[in-house]
Amino acid sequence: MALAKFPIKSPAVHADFSFSTHIDQVGVEERASRFTKRSIKKESKVNGLKLVLNMIDLTTLEGKDTDGKVKQLCYKAMHPHDAVAGIPTVAAICVYPSMVKVAKKALEGSGIKVASVATAFPSGQAPREIKIRDTRYAVNEGADEVDMVISRGKFHAGEYNFVFDEIASIKENCGNARLKVILETGELGTFDKVRRASDIAMHAGADFIKTSTGKIQPAATLPVTLVMLEAIRDFYYKTGKMIGMKPAGGISKSKLALHYLVMVKEVLGEDWLNNHWFRFGASSLANDVLMQIVKEKTGVYQSANYFSVD
Amino acid sequence: MAKTKNNTLKLKFDTSWSYAPAPESKSAATINKQYDLFINGEWQKPLSKKYFDTINPANEEKLSEVADAGEADVDKAVKAARNAYDKVWKKMPAKERAKYIFRIARMVQEKARELAIIESLDGGKPIKESRDFDVPTAANHFFYYAGWADKLEYAFPNRITEPLGVAGQIIPWNFPLLMAAWKIAPAIATGNTVVLKPAETTPLTALKLAEIIQESGLPPGVVNIITGAGDTGAAIVNHPDINKIAFTGSTEVGKIIQRAISGTDKKATLELGGKAANIIFEDAPIDQAVEGVINGIYFNQGHVCCAGSRLYVQESVAKLVIKKLRDRIETLIVGDPLDKNTDIGAINSRQQLETILKYISIGKKEGAEMYESSCRLPGKGFFCRPTMFTNVAQSSRIAQEEIFGPVLSILTFRTDDEVIEKANNSPYGLSAGVWTDKGSKIFNMTRRMRAGVVWANTFNKFDPSSPFGGYKESGFGREGGLHGLSAYVNIVN
Repeated sequence: MALAKFPIKSPAVHADFSFSTHIDQVGVEERASRFTKRSIKKESKVNGLKLVLNMIDLTTLEGKDTDGKVKQLCYKAMHPHDAVAGIPTVAAICVYPSMVKVAKKALEGSGIKVASVATAFPSGQAPREIKIRDTRYAVNEGADEVDMVISRGKFHAGEYNFVFDEIASIKENCGNARLKVILETGELGTFDKVRRASDIAMHAGADFIKTSTGKIQPAATLPVTLVMLEAIRDFYYKTGKMIGMKPAGGISKSKLALHYLVMVKEVLGEDWLNNHWFRFGASSLANDVLMQIVKEKTGVYQSANYFSVD
Repeated sequence: MAKTKNNTLKLKFDTSWSYAPAPESKSAATINKQYDLFINGEWQKPLSKKYFDTINPANEEKLSEVADAGEADVDKAVKAARNAYDKVWKKMPAKERAKYIFRIARMVQEKARELAIIESLDGGKPIKESRDFDVPTAANHFFYYAGWADKLEYAFPNRITEPLGVAGQIIPWNFPLLMAAWKIAPAIATGNTVVLKPAETTPLTALKLAEIIQESGLPPGVVNIITGAGDTGAAIVNHPDINKIAFTGSTEVGKIIQRAISGTDKKATLELGGKAANIIFEDAPIDQAVEGVINGIYFNQGHVCCAGSRLYVQESVAKLVIKKLRDRIETLIVGDPLDKNTDIGAINSRQQLETILKYISIGKKEGAEMYESSCRLPGKGFFCRPTMFTNVAQSSRIAQEEIFGPVLSILTFRTDDEVIEKANNSPYGLSAGVWTDKGSKIFNMTRRMRAGVVWANTFNKFDPSSPFGGYKESGFGREGGLHGLSAYVNIVN
């Protein structure tokens, strides 16, 4: 595959990202905890859980992934729990580039998207041409979405324009695929830096901003997601452009997922409360959500053995 | 800094996914049909023979009726307190006193749920606040001062102190249980005895506290709780055998009390009104500042003497801040105080609602631009939408006078000196807030601010160990912390 010499038709001019708005850690954590005080009961809970399920990027990102494993996961994505009627599918399957073709075929006609990580996921420690090649490969294999990682090393070194250009060049190589930019917030250290990285990603052409690879602790948290949602809101007010949000890693319980929904509802509102603009990157969340949905229907909890492990 | 270009863009907070009602159960609380006066450790019929109703401001239904203490009742309560002071309490070893106060603190915690429900029923505040703030903080005050009771020699090193005697305590309707705790805990920890009168619109949690005190076995007469309106309060203030008046309430009544006790040897602490300046600089963490402003003015429906009711925003970020405030106001849930999702409950009384509405119409007449939440209000009860005024002038009445409701006045400024001058340009001086990411600016501002409490990058934070009180017409004396002890002792040597 011949590569052009990375022409950059930047969607936005470089801004001075050292002037991103300040974030007060104590204030963010306090605000985030207030969302968890909302009481979600009855039909509100059932509707919320179905929405959560429908927002999941069902994920497998392991060295030991095989075609067989990915196919099984795809079946789960389409049929989360057929024993109960009216359960939605998940939003997408998230895999490594080598598994995109298998997933694409398995999901054919279902409407479920295939997301592929790329750009030397998870560390991002590779030259730009490799990252672009990685991206193009995933897109050519049929990925509907590309989940890239930013160069955290360059970001910490203050080379914001490098990070900006890299995102912009990946975006240019995405074709029609939507680009999710993983900030790996667990490696950024402060909310100020999370905010700055969010601003850079959005200005450089991200369609989504995403918290984490799932390989680094801490992964997604409510406060870090709040900082990113507020960045999305400010960007929207500034440019009129909607950006999606994907917290990933560490969200395995329904109750916590509902807290995230509350936060989206109260920070960005109706337009973001769907899987086109909000996703959960998770592998074990789906079964907990299913268990809760069934519980709301039958009044009793079933054993975990009643829900398929894929 | 970020400028808002697309003024037409709007976020939709009326979402298809909404919260189902989540009301707290009333059955977890017991409210008697009628309450007598708690004097000398027992419930006594009022000599006045009069009772008055207390209602639920969220639906205007009667909750109970409580005794209206007359002068003779007040006299009886003061005599009981004097007797307990002379014969029991001042002689008791301090560590024994502490045991009782610790016991009361624990019992408040044990009955937290019931107290929270009653507080919300009687006063209209959201259950979220009574459950997470009022009741736990009240318990903390008892714990804190229980700890000091036998350590006064460390509080006042190389000094000998003695209690003042009988304290008459009059508390407001905005934090009924918490104010009772603020007043009673330091007074009895230092060896005084107490006659306490809760506000006439919110007497129930103080009466519940009386039940707890009775159950705790506190010697009779150490704490007497009597109910009534202004006349009862006046009788306490004017009673010759009272040694100390502790009052929290309006500046107007505070002045009356001050006049009434002049020429007597009664000591006093007065915690009165406020019109706090909350200042946002352009280098502030804007989203957290917005949240702090919301918390500062809409907490407890704005019925907070230290509420951040005057917002000063630096002009370069004013548009942005106002837009964010408008978004935030839309997501505040106004309604049933007992619903766990309610952010703003009922206004405490019809009278207070009328005062607030009067100020809103004054604000409009003064030419300020009004913005209120689009939320629906319940059909019954006293409710007011969260409201804010922009383009407010320093000379506007809504920028000068205390409204004591969910109404925010927004003013702008350009320089540090200008905002200091404007912030201090108020007859009040209870609290203030500063929002900036720059540490040196915080210290510069807080040193020049004439206010008893100055919060930096936060607002409305309370802790038993931290003193609270005002400058100027916001009163004098400090409550809370070490300072709160000195309001209840004489240093004799």
